[in-house]
Amino acid sequence: MTEGKQVFVEKKKVKKIKGKDEKLKADEIEVFIMGKSYKVPAGLTIMKALEYAGYRFIRGCGCRAGFCGACSTVYRIEDEQKLGFDLACQKVVENNMYLVQLPFVPGVKAEYDIEKIDPSDSILLEMYPEIARCVSCNTCTKSCPQDIDTMKYIQMAVRGDIERCAEISFDCIQCGLCAMRCPADIKHYHLAQLARRLRGKYIDPRSKNLANRVKEIDQRKYDEEIVKLIKMPNKDIKELYVKRKIEAEDEGDLGGD
Amino acid sequence: MSEIEGYPDYMLESIKKVEKNRDYNMKHPVKPMGMKDREKILAKYHPDYMKGTRRELKVGINKGEIFYNGIADLLEARTILDPKDVDLTKIDYDVDVLIVGGGGAGSVAALFANESGIAINKILIVTKLRHGDANSMMAQGGIQAADRPEDNPALHYLDIYGGGHFTNKPELARALALDAPGIISWHEKLGVMYDRYEDGEFQELSGGGTCRNRMHSCKDYSGMEIMRVIRDKARNLEIPTLEFAPIAELIMDDKGQVAGAVAFNLETYEYYVIRSKATILATGGSGRLHLSNYPTTNHYGATGDGIVMAYHAGANLCDLDTIQIHPTGDAFPEPIVGILSTEKIRGLGAIPLNKNGDPFVFPLEPRDVESASLIRECKDGRGIVTPTGMFGVWLDTPMIEIIHGKGTIETKLAGEVRKFKRFGIDITEHPILVYPTLHYQNGGVEINEKCETRIPGLFAAGEVSGGVHGKNRLMGNSLLDFNVFGRRAGIFAAKYVKKAKIGKLTLKHLDKYNKLLEKAAIKSEKTAPILLPEYRGEMAISRSLDIF
Repeated sequence: MTEGKQVFVEKKKVKKIKGKDEKLKADEIEVFIMGKSYKVPAGLTIMKALEYAGYRFIRGCGCRAGFCGACSTVYRIEDEQKLGFDLACQKVVENNMYLVQLPFVPGVKAEYDIEKIDPSDSILLEMYPEIARCVSCNTCTKSCPQDIDTMKYIQMAVRGDIERCAEISFDCIQCGLCAMRCPADIKHYHLAQLARRLRGKYIDPRSKNLANRVKEIDQRKYDEEIVKLIKMPNKDIKELYVKRKIEAEDEGDLGGD
Repeated sequence: MSEIEGYPDYMLESIKKVEKNRDYNMKHPVKPMGMKDREKILAKYHPDYMKGTRRELKVGINKGEIFYNGIADLLEARTILDPKDVDLTKIDYDVDVLIVGGGGAGSVAALFANESGIAINKILIVTKLRHGDANSMMAQGGIQAADRPEDNPALHYLDIYGGGHFTNKPELARALALDAPGIISWHEKLGVMYDRYEDGEFQELSGGGTCRNRMHSCKDYSGMEIMRVIRDKARNLEIPTLEFAPIAELIMDDKGQVAGAVAFNLETYEYYVIRSKATILATGGSGRLHLSNYPTTNHYGATGDGIVMAYHAGANLCDLDTIQIHPTGDAFPEPIVGILSTEKIRGLGAIPLNKNGDPFVFPLEPRDVESASLIRECKDGRGIVTPTGMFGVWLDTPMIEIIHGKGTIETKLAGEVRKFKRFGIDITEHPILVYPTLHYQNGGVEINEKCETRIPGLFAAGEVSGGVHGKNRLMGNSLLDFNVFGRRAGIFAAKYVKKAKIGKLTLKHLDKYNKLLEKAAIKSEKTAPILLPEYRGEMAISRSLDIF
């Protein structure tokens, strides 16, 4: 991570030229955005701290709620050896935090037609042969902002266990931090996407109820009933609506299962 | 200093009451409201019915109709492009189908346009941020489809129509209900991992305002799972996608058709001229306008661009006098204020409680009624006030594991567990604090069953469109909406393309619109669409210079 190193070196220079206003106010902390000092209120997320400092995001900002993986951030707290990895929209800033965001993650994705591949034991290895080079360093797991056991699902993939690979990787937001850190150049998040699609399509059993309903709709079984509802005078459909039986209420079990 | 660990003591005092009443509350649920009570509580506590949130629009085809102030502000602003600045004679992209927006509706539309015979290199998705950066990705709870034997599409239709206060366009509500099972079946074939029982049947929960349990979910990452699978398919097909290049305005031709759009490269500030035979608007919603000053669950790019550019081109809008506030946005801790806590939490059995630990509403009313009930509780002094002055009521999450057994929360609400764990809150042990948050644009550009707008060549699908949900959308119907109408937009746009003939390109409609503003004596400093919201610190903005 050359960017990480730069931040670390820059830090000392910045500290010397600092001094616009040496003292921090109460509830204020100092962060270093790409090496440059800014004072921001404590308690903000990294994302909101950058905006407070005057940054207007184009890259590095998406859903702002921990689902899209656009705001992968690398940080180091002053005097700490370790780099930290997290999402800018979720992680709260800390004093003396050195911050840099990844604007883009280059990662080659295998191309396939899901209809034309088999969920065989070797399919994941065939599509992503580099997983065989995993050295079990566990750096991927340590860099995951979702706390997914990333290395474990890679090992499941090597073993050909698509089902477990899909299950363990399910919460992946595809931010790419794992792939950026991997010494074996594995594209974990792309591989996991394939594993989940294979499981969803070929391994999990299909719903019979759904197949029946689709058939009924094709046979236009409900067309007439809905047309009747559409043509119904407002007063009547309102009454029908109010009087309809609510399953969740009857069960006294709002969960439904 | 910045670390937040769990709840402050005064909140823990209130939680003790919640715990004390838990058994009783679970055994004595509040009944659903009658129609009269619903109307009463909405009139008094929902922003759609309050004074000062909305006004009459002064310009364009919907002149005289009521719009939320923030949307009227945009529609009464000058166009962002000056036609003089754009050279339409040099075409950068010449395609059959242009898709404006790379979220759920746009991606589904691209796949079905291709399946309906449009060549891959004649499709172009243009998107503001990255492909898949969209509210679709964030939907948690699930997607509705009436596929159980105890359920049927007519019941789903009735729920949609009643939930929308009988204001939906019936033919659109019908399409939503009838296409739903087919969509889930398509997802099965694509490989979406739904929550199922061992026999393959779906684990279906109830949602607010639905009379049958028909919510299909993928843990609490339902939107993410569906969106990433659809995107994966689009990527495998190599559908051309232009990222970080939002559309600024639509292009028309001399026959009054929409004939493409002008994209703006956010990083180089260049524009691109795109000519297309059919254009599908799939720009999503407008939560980032913070209507009525609500925080929002929406993604960064949800600034209502689509409704503005369509209005400039002469398309009509509907139901933008309403907004959907989701009952359970997070109210504590401060860094997550406004972020969604999924309706699935109530679907699994958690009940909203006031500061005394007392229930006050049936947990699964339609969203507007549920939200209004939460607001009432807080306005009447029975809410909790957070250290930063936010209101909230408890949502008693520990009930879930009493009903469904230990471990349920970890497996079904993994995202929620993760979110609160960062702040030292264990939602299996303690309730969460919630308050309504701006969630969804109910209305938008009016469409018909073929996703056509009133302007030839312009189609719309997903949150940007209007008519499907009327004045209130039910949970689980937006993931469904972008699939059903994204698919239809792709199919019908492909059909339209076969006969379409594009004339001479023009941006004259923008000059015309600006003249309308002058005529109406509207003097706005603003331009629209706004493309991105402004969140920079006041200090930073006040000292910024435009010299570089």
